Amino acid sequence: MQQIPVILVRHLVKKFGTFVANDDLTFDVFKGEVFGFLGANGAGKTTAMRILCGLSRPTSGELRVDGLDVHKQAEAIKKRIGYMSQKFSLYKDLTVYENMRLFGGIYGLSLHDLKSRIDQLLGQLDLRKQRDTLIADLPLGWQQKLAFSVAILHHPSIVFLDEPTAGVDPFTRRQFWELIYKAAYEGITVFVTTHYMDEAEYCDRVSIMSEGKIVALDKPAALKKHYGVGSMNEVFLRIARSEEEADSR
Amino acid sequence: MIQAEHLCKNFASVTALADISFSVSEGELFGFIGPDGAGKTTLFRLLATLMRPDSGAATLSGYDVVKDYKQLRLITGYMPGRFSLYHDLTVEENLRFHAAVFGATVEENYELIKDIYSHIEPFKKRLAGRLSGGMKQKLALSCALIHAPTVLLLDEPTTGVDAVSRMEFWQMLKNLQSHGITILVSTPYMDEAGLCDRVALLQDGQILSIDSPARIVARFDKKLWAVQSDDKHMLIERLRSYRPIESVFAFGDSVHITTVNDELDETELVHFLTAQTEEIHITTIKPNIEDCFLRLMRKN
Repeated sequence: MQQIPVILVRHLVKKFGTFVANDDLTFDVFKGEVFGFLGANGAGKTTAMRILCGLSRPTSGELRVDGLDVHKQAEAIKKRIGYMSQKFSLYKDLTVYENMRLFGGIYGLSLHDLKSRIDQLLGQLDLRKQRDTLIADLPLGWQQKLAFSVAILHHPSIVFLDEPTAGVDPFTRRQFWELIYKAAYEGITVFVTTHYMDEAEYCDRVSIMSEGKIVALDKPAALKKHYGVGSMNEVFLRIARSEEEADSR
Repeated sequence: MIQAEHLCKNFASVTALADISFSVSEGELFGFIGPDGAGKTTLFRLLATLMRPDSGAATLSGYDVVKDYKQLRLITGYMPGRFSLYHDLTVEENLRFHAAVFGATVEENYELIKDIYSHIEPFKKRLAGRLSGGMKQKLALSCALIHAPTVLLLDEPTTGVDAVSRMEFWQMLKNLQSHGITILVSTPYMDEAGLCDRVALLQDGQILSIDSPARIVARFDKKLWAVQSDDKHMLIERLRSYRPIESVFAFGDSVHITTVNDELDETELVHFLTAQTEEIHITTIKPNIEDCFLRLMRKN
């Protein structure tokens, strides 16, 4: 893998009043990498992700996303990234095609590019027959896969996925991850949060946040070796426990 | 303790539950494992008497979910999937309100909720809407317990909760079980199946399998191998094109495979794969619940 940082974060701090949500974060994410962003509820993951997407301003720190400065070029960043959240992804009362057109338009694709891209995606997802089907009438698993495809419709440099597989059946969950691998293989950087610890194993590197700080960042194999355990689930539990002990002292 | 026979429920053209039958013994910790849309929430609403079945019947402790709903509610603690407490009441007010609705007091049943409630008691003056996810979960469980029910119905209590809080929550359930409470719990997380006495695997409104986790795993009818390599994308693609292969599923840091005739020439497979990828490790492994679920989905 080429070590070109697509996301560069130096001393990111975000405060809400006196509460420090992100406490001096420093890390890089490289081109074509699948980067797992893990942490307990309330650790500050969503805050950091919103800042990287240009949706929220950092209190201080240097941040570059695809070479652009988060402080000065937040709007330009939004065109270079894709975003898929667990809660809201597609308009259920629009058809497959209408959703693709809408999001493609929002991302600024020309009508000509959009048409060929939509055709390509419908073919890839085997959804040609469902082109005019309402999203609400598609099985949940298909909706998720489609939402991901729409998030990368405009060939972004980076796609941010916020718990994309929560509640999805095990078969669809795997199909979804194969789409992620494929996107990464094609050079799109994938930044993903999840509560499924087996999915953490699928990532090239993972960071684990606790109380606003990054407390571990490495390849899953290296983290398992470091903590002398067999799975990322155990790594996660070890880290959480050592943080608790530090707290009680 | 709980008997359900041929429960069916449709919403317009959608079949939420198609002929569900099961029974749960007193004091059992019973899990419904299945993805979104499998019918878990509908089933829990029927058992909690918030909805009537189209056909079929269910009883809890002998009380019928349709005819005896008033008595049934007194012995049941229900924790819905969505946080349903009053956001604009404090932690303590929510708890007292739930006790009062059932004619109980917090004091008389405090012992039962102590383990759980003590985590959030320092914040008892805080509005429930301002609690973190893990604290809301603990408050909701305290409220479901405060009238000392004999049956707990917990609909996806751990969804969206981090791995550590999930583990703590299951520990609390084990403690409650030791008080003799019968617990029915649903979850989309396959790895939580092993924490239940028995589980029902649910998909598309149907039960795929119902048994103890160990026996479900023992019934897995194929040989299973784990294959490891650095480039997982290429590994999966190549495995799919290998003729003897039947199924290929990514599992954590490896890929689980089965073959059509249950035989695998490991040397030949390594040779087939190394054209593309570097280091390959193949080992025979025992299936877990998720392997079983995937296999049962395929059979259906």
